[in-house]
Amino acid sequence: MVADKTQNSTSSVGLVTPQTARFAEPLPLRCGSALRDYELVYETYGTLNASRSNAVLVCHALNASHHVAGYYADDPPNVGWWDNMIGPGKPLDTRRFFVIGVNNIGGCHGSTGPLSINPDTGKMWGGEFPVVTVEDWVDAQSRLADHLGISQFAAVMGGSLGAMQALAWSARYPQRLRHSVVIACAPNLSAQNIAFNEVARQAIITDPDFNNGNYRALNTAPKRGLRVARMVGHITYLSDDEMANKFGRQLKTGKPGYTFDTEFQIESYLRHQGNKFADYFDANTYLRITKVLDYFDPALEYGGDLAKALQSVVAGMLVISFTTDWRFSPERSREIVHALIKNRAPVTYAEIDAPHGHDAFLLDDPRYHKLVAAYFERVHGEIA
Amino acid sequence: MNGPRGSQRPDFAAIADWIQPGSRVLDLGCGDGTLLKYLQQTRGVSGYGVEIDDSNVLECVMNGVHVIQSDLERGLADFDDNSFDFVVLSQTLQAMRNTERIVREMLRVGHAGIVTFPNFGYWKNRLHVLSGRMPISANLPFEWFNTPNIHLCTIADFEKFCTERGINIVASTVLTNGKRATLMPGLLGELAVYQFSG
Repeated sequence: MVADKTQNSTSSVGLVTPQTARFAEPLPLRCGSALRDYELVYETYGTLNASRSNAVLVCHALNASHHVAGYYADDPPNVGWWDNMIGPGKPLDTRRFFVIGVNNIGGCHGSTGPLSINPDTGKMWGGEFPVVTVEDWVDAQSRLADHLGISQFAAVMGGSLGAMQALAWSARYPQRLRHSVVIACAPNLSAQNIAFNEVARQAIITDPDFNNGNYRALNTAPKRGLRVARMVGHITYLSDDEMANKFGRQLKTGKPGYTFDTEFQIESYLRHQGNKFADYFDANTYLRITKVLDYFDPALEYGGDLAKALQSVVAGMLVISFTTDWRFSPERSREIVHALIKNRAPVTYAEIDAPHGHDAFLLDDPRYHKLVAAYFERVHGEIA
Repeated sequence: MNGPRGSQRPDFAAIADWIQPGSRVLDLGCGDGTLLKYLQQTRGVSGYGVEIDDSNVLECVMNGVHVIQSDLERGLADFDDNSFDFVVLSQTLQAMRNTERIVREMLRVGHAGIVTFPNFGYWKNRLHVLSGRMPISANLPFEWFNTPNIHLCTIADFEKFCTERGINIVASTVLTNGKRATLMPGLLGELAVYQFSG
């Protein structure tokens, strides 16, 4: 979620253009309400083959979007958030696979969300936009698959919250995917995780500019809150060691100034990330996405039995965790693996010894990327 | 952990002989997945490999074997009681820190266990020790100071271990240079293959 967007040595998918799909059929939501109609913004890379069997859906995590790979003509530095994973010759090779990135509903990158117009009022949804869930997202994505004429994905893939969607796909639409790639995931959030999200939400909600979420109508934005929320998030994406390596106790000027200015490098980093984020991200979306995370718990309606919740899974499952990820630790991925083994599901599990914490899923680690490449080689062999 | 990986090992054919078609197999310390791949192809088995090493896990994926990356020393908590027909531990027993625990775990998870280990009582090994040196061979390729094999045993030692714990030896095969050694296996056998149940 904080990864440096380092360009891989292999080539990029190049110039990309987002597209929009409109859906007139209402989308029922878990919260009880429904979206009367909605739009999904998406990008595609590679070519759908004649048998329409080579499509891979890539689900985004907290702050990302449909812009998974490549760059825009009018904004070349805006490289897709998983560009090191997806492209010609990359682990998810766009010469073989037709890759789809989609912005989820409730988002702020073009799909129907708090910044859209509520058809019932003719005004911007703002704080009135419903609270959505992973399952709602997956349902909306399945309609996009219908729209694109894809009855079965070769794979659905994601990291972190994206992995929760990949996992939900495998249980909710078992026949519609051959494989599910679940990276840095958890079967639900721990109390500690929810606590971090709540701090982030409170930072936003108590910002005087929040105005019950209807800040846009007043031409304001709770940027201070959003900034703090992002700073909290960033602390949890990195491991203690990685933070020590990157910043240590370094002071910007070399000596203490005994003030409250940004002195330590880590302060400077967090403030920079917070400012950047507050400038482009919508606070209402952030609130909702943290709730999407908090509510995800597929085992809940099965009395806490994850194996039962995943009983329907028939897809091949690749589960990957990172040893220093304390936000979604390997033990949480092992819960998923254990449930799948209990169900005798075809699962492969790898625990990558990477120093970067939760963020490792976005970084270019050769062991990790080779594994994903080998897995997609196998997937390709099945559909070719 | 011992001997060549990636090539057909002599103990694999002996193990395969005991495994009924369609069985559920758990291969502990599965290396690059060669045995499971072989069993999938020749016996139509299903199941998982367990492996700790990154490059072996990658090879397993390339070999089309479902692998779970895990440290066997942590036990088999990912696996339920009696969920496999066979639990295989090939040429890894002697490198386990907690030998007794892994054998118990194998019998908890599977109906039968299969282990293979280098027979320390093989005459060439005895000769090495007699000449005052620790044995080094194709099956025991390490020096005393860098060997992962911390719990080497003879065929007689292993049988005593099983008897004392009420573990039934179902079948055994002893190999030398990849061929069955029937005459004085404790002395002339290089590699032991045992099937046991609880």
